[in-house]
Amino acid sequence: MSSLELAQKLIAEFGEALSAPSEFRGETTLVLKEAERIVDVCSFGKTSLRFDFLTDLSSVDNYGEDPRFTLIYELYGLEHACHLRLKTNVGEERPELPTVTTVWRTADWHEREIYDMMGIRFRGHPDLRRILMWEGYPYFPLLKDFPLAGKPSEMPDVAFTNAAPLEGGPFVTIAGGTDTIAREPRVRIPETDALETNARLERRSDIREAHGLGPIEKKP
Amino acid sequence: MQTNTEIGYNSKVEGDVVITRLDAALDWCRKNSLWPMPMGLACCAIELMAAGASRFDISRFGAEVMRFSPRQSDVMIVAGTVTYKMALAVKRIYDQMAEPKWVIAMGACASTGGMYRSYAVLQGVDRIIPVDVYVAGCPPRPEALLDALIKLQSAVAKEPVVSRLTLTSILRKSSEVEPVNS
Repeated sequence: MSSLELAQKLIAEFGEALSAPSEFRGETTLVLKEAERIVDVCSFGKTSLRFDFLTDLSSVDNYGEDPRFTLIYELYGLEHACHLRLKTNVGEERPELPTVTTVWRTADWHEREIYDMMGIRFRGHPDLRRILMWEGYPYFPLLKDFPLAGKPSEMPDVAFTNAAPLEGGPFVTIAGGTDTIAREPRVRIPETDALETNARLERRSDIREAHGLGPIEKKP
Repeated sequence: MQTNTEIGYNSKVEGDVVITRLDAALDWCRKNSLWPMPMGLACCAIELMAAGASRFDISRFGAEVMRFSPRQSDVMIVAGTVTYKMALAVKRIYDQMAEPKWVIAMGACASTGGMYRSYAVLQGVDRIIPVDVYVAGCPPRPEALLDALIKLQSAVAKEPVVSRLTLTSILRKSSEVEPVNS
């Protein structure tokens, strides 16, 4: 049995609620249109399709889009060794959906982490407290509109936070650059970055020529 | 059985007199017996353990007695990333240490927050407790920690002990006298 066949069985059961399966690098993904039905889909997946292992449960903040949040459930069956990814969306105005701790108990801490970092609430969760930050921390720090430097906060006798100025940053690394100059972590402003990079590369080319090496190709 | 060696009393040693200042003698005792409070918070703690183990052997400098009770330690080695969640716990443990006490900030994170310029990490432990020696590195090698310890020892060796006590007692007495005068 393959992931795709299992996905087809899931679609046969829930029909229109699920999108057609998409495949990428051998992994199958289904999108569930109504987040409220996640428990039905998951418990059917566990009992009938033997997806007995929730590998991971994570969330994405699609800031500026509607619905804002995507939740991603990574299902796995230890018997048939097939993996299936389930995605569902929740909106910003009411970031809430039912818990799947009733299906897989391991979802407990995953859901707590999602709540802690992004403020998405899981209805019916046995113990929905913060897991990384402390009780009383007023923000959800992994949201896209939360500043990278953080915000000041004060929780007497528990913890405090201060903003950490980025000193001109954030310093971003671009993977796959042709040389260390292109790859090094530094301030990347999309509008000016190509110009700046080329100017640096030109300076570099002079040095390379002096050493009898060829010039470096410019970036578009 | 006869022997020519004198037992029990060595006139060669005990007959000699060493003259020193009391401050220097006390500092000498202090600096060669700095008991660390191992505040191991991240990967630097692994290097701290290596510094305590046989290859690097921090006991050569008299600092091998890692005390997990702050009340028995002299120097807190903050080894690792101090998150805001941990910050007040670190401060509390420092407050529980008996005077005199010193702090070594081991590694980039403990010194400045290191690469964690983020919402969750205290940007240097010196924002909550006074630091005597900073150690660069991510993580620093055990030799670097030993060097920091030697630097701290040379700083401890110069600290006034008795003269400071005398000074405080004089100040205290004068403050007791003051109300009478005024």
